[in-house]
Amino acid sequence: MATMLTPEEKEANALHPDLLLVEKVKAGDLSAFEQLMRQYDRQIFRIALHITQNREDAEDIVQDTFFKAFQKVNQFQGNSKFYTWLVRIAVNESLMRLRKRRSQKTVSMDDEIQTEEGSIPRDFADWMPNPEQNYNQAELAEILRKTIKGLPPGFRTVFALRDIDGLSTEETAQALGLSVPAVKSRLLRARLQLRERLSRYFRVPTGEHAP
Amino acid sequence: MNCTEFLANLTDYFDAKTATALRTELEQHMAGCSHCHVTVDTTRQTIEVYRNNELFELPESIRTQLHQAVLDKCAKLKHKKTPRS
Repeated sequence: MATMLTPEEKEANALHPDLLLVEKVKAGDLSAFEQLMRQYDRQIFRIALHITQNREDAEDIVQDTFFKAFQKVNQFQGNSKFYTWLVRIAVNESLMRLRKRRSQKTVSMDDEIQTEEGSIPRDFADWMPNPEQNYNQAELAEILRKTIKGLPPGFRTVFALRDIDGLSTEETAQALGLSVPAVKSRLLRARLQLRERLSRYFRVPTGEHAP
Repeated sequence: MNCTEFLANLTDYFDAKTATALRTELEQHMAGCSHCHVTVDTTRQTIEVYRNNELFELPESIRTQLHQAVLDKCAKLKHKKTPRS
């Protein structure tokens, strides 16, 4: 008689589809590796660009990350998701590039996070309803890029992984080599600083009230 | 609960990871504090606006070039590792 599994048990028993591809890559299958690249290259590019803020560097990082992943694939034991493992390589590559750009000055996830600026909300104005509709797509993208660029690398990386890429707090901690409380604290500060800065563009003009 | 305590729990509140009793306490604070109410509302919009707008597109032509470059390097590496018979 067949055993009925609960949805949770089914999920626990199911192998992540990436693991099958990774096993093929370990056996030397390049088309399986290309499939993994197609799946994750855009996200890796986005993360690298968020950290380095330089398009050329981000393209190089995509190349270096995937090549390193191929070289070291036998070290991947499946203790985390393949994507989380890949992100960790990409973050290290990105920090190395930042270091080079800043003429060997040490750059780490801890850089510039001592500042308390923006950690305490100061702007309590309501925002306009659907504020992004007051800007065209290009203007809005420019505002969002400029705003996130103003955050320290350690903050914008946590925000990009957790809120844009959708990694869980635990996965973000794993990918960045940080503790869960450190991720939570940086995420709060990143969100509040971005909110404060975006408020300049999105707030209801003085003298008016949000409908 | 004061505003500092409220802020300390904000990340868990957004991630829906707060226990029911704490969540109720946070919502009660927010109902009586316009500053925290605005902070939560506009922070939520901040996350959404970033999530809904792709800022960094990777053009298809560059993707193809990058894939090819990586695959070439991988093929060379594989060739090196495979002993000739």
